[in-house]
Amino acid sequence: MGLLPAPLLAATLLGAPLLVAGGQQGNFVTDLVAKLSPVEIPWPLLVLIGALLGSGFFLLLVFITPYAMLAIWAERKVGGHIQCRIGPKRVGPFGLLQSIADAIKLLVKEDTIPAGADKLLFVFAPALVLASAIAMFAAVPFAPDVWFTDLNLGVFFIVAISSLTTIGVIMAGWSSANKWSLYGAMRMAASVISYEVPLGISLLVPVLVSGTFSLREAALAQEGWGGAAWYLFRDPFVLPAFLLFYTASLAETKRAPFDLPEAESELVAGFHTEYSGMRFSFFFLEEYAAMFVVSAIGALYFLGGWAFPGLTPLVEHLFGRGWIFNAVAIGVFSAKALFLVFVMMWLRWTLPRIRIDQVMTLGYKYLTPLSLACLLGAAAWELYVVPLFGGGG
Amino acid sequence: MSEPARAATAPPRPVPPGAGDEHWVGDLRPGEREVLLDVKTQDMEINMGPQHPSTHGVLRVLLRADGEIVTGAQPHLGYLHRCAEKIGESVEFLQYLPYTDRYDYLAAMNNNLGYSMAVEKLMGVEVPERAQWIRTIFAELNRIGSHLISFGTYGLDIGAFTPFFYAFREREWMMALFEKVCGARLTYSYIRIGGVFNDLPEGWLEELGRFCDVFEEKWVEYNDLLSHNHIFVERTRNVGILPAEKAIAWGCTGPMLRGSGVAWDLRRDAPYSMYPRLEFDVCLGAGLKGTLGDCWDRYFVKLLEMKESIRILRQCLRQIGPGPVMADVPKTIRVPAGAGYVGVENPRGELGHYIVSDGGKISRRCRVRGPSFCNLSILGEMMPGTMLADSVAIIGSIDIVVGETDR
Repeated sequence: MGLLPAPLLAATLLGAPLLVAGGQQGNFVTDLVAKLSPVEIPWPLLVLIGALLGSGFFLLLVFITPYAMLAIWAERKVGGHIQCRIGPKRVGPFGLLQSIADAIKLLVKEDTIPAGADKLLFVFAPALVLASAIAMFAAVPFAPDVWFTDLNLGVFFIVAISSLTTIGVIMAGWSSANKWSLYGAMRMAASVISYEVPLGISLLVPVLVSGTFSLREAALAQEGWGGAAWYLFRDPFVLPAFLLFYTASLAETKRAPFDLPEAESELVAGFHTEYSGMRFSFFFLEEYAAMFVVSAIGALYFLGGWAFPGLTPLVEHLFGRGWIFNAVAIGVFSAKALFLVFVMMWLRWTLPRIRIDQVMTLGYKYLTPLSLACLLGAAAWELYVVPLFGGGG
Repeated sequence: MSEPARAATAPPRPVPPGAGDEHWVGDLRPGEREVLLDVKTQDMEINMGPQHPSTHGVLRVLLRADGEIVTGAQPHLGYLHRCAEKIGESVEFLQYLPYTDRYDYLAAMNNNLGYSMAVEKLMGVEVPERAQWIRTIFAELNRIGSHLISFGTYGLDIGAFTPFFYAFREREWMMALFEKVCGARLTYSYIRIGGVFNDLPEGWLEELGRFCDVFEEKWVEYNDLLSHNHIFVERTRNVGILPAEKAIAWGCTGPMLRGSGVAWDLRRDAPYSMYPRLEFDVCLGAGLKGTLGDCWDRYFVKLLEMKESIRILRQCLRQIGPGPVMADVPKTIRVPAGAGYVGVENPRGELGHYIVSDGGKISRRCRVRGPSFCNLSILGEMMPGTMLADSVAIIGSIDIVVGETDR
């Protein structure tokens, strides 16, 4: 029963950006529905059908679940090798099917709700968390022509939706009727409120440089210089902005060393202490989905999206911008994003956890002013330095 | 941070009338901590343990917290009570030896040694020299093993997972060395009254030499990974400061006391076994990263001691000679009437055995002074005013083994 709201909510959240995207763009799901339908379906209805039937379930089944399972496997392998262990190896080749075995185990586990819990919120919280994780994917372009919706406010949408998970986490912590969970929820609220500021400001740097909120257009703009026109190399302010963005996104996705909401050694398991079975795994799924999304933003906005020096121009020269180019683009983009995900795992298995007051100090005293300085610097650079080279910004 | 409505409406926990010495150690005394808040806050009582990942077993600490700030803490013991001392009054001397393995199960060899020495003192047994060397080797090797666990779990407490596995990698070899000698990996009962159970197998000492070489290399790795990690230092420096006078007043021993800069080590100050013939330093906290006696100092003393133990082991390897490993002790041990106390330097501090005998096969009284228990007593004094995350760091730095606090 707790499982049902998640895809529906996700589909509705997905429907919104599709409608907002407006125009007669659509995506391949809406195209397919329109093609197969014998009668002409009015556009808004088509969008809703596309969202409900297509994107939500398609994303969930075809992309997010396999990706999250792979990421969980990778996390365990990475952790294993960092810790002089082997990691999972029994289920399937190299233990690749371990996540499936885990998922089956979680599905058949008893689904408990604590006696003192606020039942409605308790059931609803994981659904909200998972739904927002799925919805975040809606605005991520994977290649020049592979995307679900090209929102003109794409990155804004993603940052906004990612804050929804915080509400879910707070709901979970509050409704569990457990003081440790409540601690986790309050820590989540505190760290997200503090870190969304530097996250947003550091993201404004590439927005300022590219002049667009659309992730796809920003990535397209970085294809120049033989695929090396990454914003990271553009001026001296983007690299620090990238590091700030990455640090803040660790806090946003509650990854180590900012994993205070679920700090195992302090808060037992934090906000999901009382959750079991599939509801628990929703939180897990969300964490890995959010990791990928923030890494995708990093790759698209800072690391040149799907452009790779030498490779992408060569493919374009040989095959044009057809499906081969798109396939290569997906590969390059995924490699970049997954590398950032890998760094997150690497950090998790290496670093200790920061204390809550140190988290606040870091956020307000260092990251926020630094990100503002980066924004100012980048603006000045665009205004005064770029014209010197004859660029238009 | 304000108290949530639900918790506020819950009836306050009644203070049991006439509970005697049960009181809130963390109750605010005038001027102890002043908080000026324009928000009305209410302290929240929260149970840490007995099933909590960082209480190192089944320790239960009743915390009082104002948001993230701990205002009071009271440890509740006894969840692992197994009547060890009472058993000591009802089984024969040799039969009690396996029970000593189980107080501080991470340093079973040291426990065996402490008990055996107490009984030997009453019996007036002279332990052969080779047995003394072997005892010293195992006491030091077990100290390394115990400190490795302490190092690894302290990393876990602070949130770093990996040091634990690094520590276990070396501890595995150490346990294999023990296994070769006595067949057991945790509860050895190897050091017996009058000597040790059997002689070392062939090639064992050479392997110990190799272990020493490898361990010294790995020791550097531990420091690179954890000791000097910026986040780790920030989490542990100036946290849980224990001044020297306070540490002495509360009867702290072991790394806890030495972390506060007090040079007190029974191996040097009340030498036993082969320690008088060995050269070693007493490692002290020096306030390298923050204040003297903070969590980092207590942690780093243990790391230094591991290195010192390797130095001792090397000397033992050079000096050990052939000979018998067991004194002439009857199968049924009868201890002459009398009482005696022997304290040994366990990894966690002074482990004392006070044994009273009436001349029979069974001791009249077998009192144990456990270092973890005495060190833990100061917890309620150290916790108030710290953050919730610091409380975990403090409990970890006290480094208790609940098997010993509860016995």
